[in-house]
Amino acid sequence: MIMTMVQAINQALAQEMEKDDRVLVLGEDVGRDGGVFRATEGLFERFGPERVIDTPLAESGIIGASIGMTALGLRPVPEVQFMGFIYPAFNQIISHAARMRNRTRGRFTVPLTVRTPYGAGVKALEHHSESTEALFCQIPGLTVVVPSSPYDAKGLLIASLRSDDPVIFLEPTKLYRAEKQEVHDEPYQVPLRKAAVVREGKDLTIIAWGAMVPVARRAAEAAEAEGVDVEIVDLRTLSPMDRETVVAAAKKTGRALVVHEAPKTCGLGAEIAATIGESALLSLNGPVMRVTGPDITVPLPKSEDFYYPGPERVLRAIRKLMEY
Amino acid sequence: MIERFDPLKGEKLRVIDEAGEPLAGFDPGLPDSELRLVYERMVRTRAADAKALKLQRQGRFGTYPPSRGHEAVQVGLTSAMSRGDWFFPYFRDLGMYITLGYPLADYYHLWMGNEAGLRTPDGLNIYPISIPVGSQIPQAVGAAMAAKYRKLGIAVVTTFGDGATSEGDFHEGLNFAGVFRTPNVFVCVNNQFAISVPRARQTASATIAQKAVAYGFPGVQVDGNDVLAVYAAAREALGNARDGRGPTLIEAFTYRMGDHTTSDDASRYRSKEELQEWERKDPLLRFRMYLAKKGLWDEAFEKEVQDAATLFVEKAVAEAEARPSATPDDIFAYTYAVMPPDLAAQLADLKAFISESRR
Repeated sequence: MIMTMVQAINQALAQEMEKDDRVLVLGEDVGRDGGVFRATEGLFERFGPERVIDTPLAESGIIGASIGMTALGLRPVPEVQFMGFIYPAFNQIISHAARMRNRTRGRFTVPLTVRTPYGAGVKALEHHSESTEALFCQIPGLTVVVPSSPYDAKGLLIASLRSDDPVIFLEPTKLYRAEKQEVHDEPYQVPLRKAAVVREGKDLTIIAWGAMVPVARRAAEAAEAEGVDVEIVDLRTLSPMDRETVVAAAKKTGRALVVHEAPKTCGLGAEIAATIGESALLSLNGPVMRVTGPDITVPLPKSEDFYYPGPERVLRAIRKLMEY
Repeated sequence: MIERFDPLKGEKLRVIDEAGEPLAGFDPGLPDSELRLVYERMVRTRAADAKALKLQRQGRFGTYPPSRGHEAVQVGLTSAMSRGDWFFPYFRDLGMYITLGYPLADYYHLWMGNEAGLRTPDGLNIYPISIPVGSQIPQAVGAAMAAKYRKLGIAVVTTFGDGATSEGDFHEGLNFAGVFRTPNVFVCVNNQFAISVPRARQTASATIAQKAVAYGFPGVQVDGNDVLAVYAAAREALGNARDGRGPTLIEAFTYRMGDHTTSDDASRYRSKEELQEWERKDPLLRFRMYLAKKGLWDEAFEKEVQDAATLFVEKAVAEAEARPSATPDDIFAYTYAVMPPDLAAQLADLKAFISESRR
């Protein structure tokens, strides 16, 4: 069926809940309202209030309760309404979910998937445009996933729900309804920890994820008109990272450009640049370059365009790197 | 019974007075053999705690939070639990571990500095010790939500100190519990201090138990140095939880007789006189006087119990110290269900470094 990313996410949740009664959804407005983006629409009617739980407004409570549920064998899918509101739950995520397996030498694991809308580009209020994925990528034990298409969103979410590790599943709000795509009706998995080469090229490699993948595609199309053949790697799982695919793609073209909307300093681009530097230095024709958000707070809608990397900024960087 | 003690009126459940005399009406009526077993558990807890402090001073233990003074809460609470119940502890819960049958050697192994000691043996429903204060409370609530969803008919117990009641997770957890009517028993071990900060600096509420009123479920303050009072309140609260009558908050009013941890010096913030006053209220002493009045305690029994406790503790120390040290593999292997290639490379590099430096 042709569907949007938010529909694909909804279908993944419904199908996994149908298949496995250990899977349940909890969070703010996920029940009767179907979630503020409608990602859980219809689940309350179908699975009832015991499995689609409208909770009090308390992020640490939602994640803490989810961790406790895993102790008794459940596989909860808590939703945090926006990534900017996940910080009260940091203690539960970082101090407990991420390390319970290690702390108990494997006796207790925390198979939960925290879903949260993420990223800028939708002209929202403050705190509704955050892309602080790098904060989670530094935490051992967490798996951080970002889909960039409806097809991947369904397959990656199903893989996350079946994973025995805690997963932070970041859903780019800009892509929720941006494009429709053919998505298999039956459940399927897109493997975690596996990046995808979504565009083959020979001159320069862009590494991107989430809403920056379509931005990179548009930049690549423009570059093609200038005779530059761009390869694009969609990272998909940010941590643990598929370094093999990243390094191979960088070696192939000899030029690597990381594009992310998060601020530059200590963003995941730095880790990717270091990885390429460590493993592909002698294959490079120039430095690993980055197009990122600046090191400022995401501005309110009137100035968001100054912040948000678009195809023109990426194209400018492509030209610079080709001329290096 | 619990609702007969109104926390808003400062009423406190007590079964045995400070002279060991039984008070009319609330004795849980445990058989003699059970009463003696409870005493044995308290003695074992104190012996295991004293040994831990000794080992720490000898450099054979890491930083350790002593339990002396908490034996009535720890043993009274867990003696009332059933096999299927779950326990979400905090970090000063030695007597709970002993009563629930967690191997003392494992417990020691943890405080000697090895995570392997925190691997709860299969069949025991004990979640690991939670060190970030209060963060185990919402987890215990989630476990209780799962128990309700699964219709298990069990209770989920969690413990925390008076300091934890200032944390957001205390509010979020108890609020969830009230809203979802979860089968929880919340036990606040109010030992009057959060390291150095006194109870009065944590809350302006007259009692901690009364906070339950605002969450819409019963709260009761019990004399935390009276093991039968703790047992009686816990038994009722556990029964209510298992039977679908919702959560309870129990405030066990007690005193930490030792330092916060072996790195702390409590004489900096509390007086000798205060400590001496609480020494007179020692939970072991009080229960011993009660047992003696019932003809269940004499010097011969005391010797028997003490000797057994010494053996129990020494055996655990020997076992814990005989355990193999953690290897580099151990500290990497449990980060993910399947080790990512990059982590495997880091492990290989660490091993290479170790073998190079041994050469």
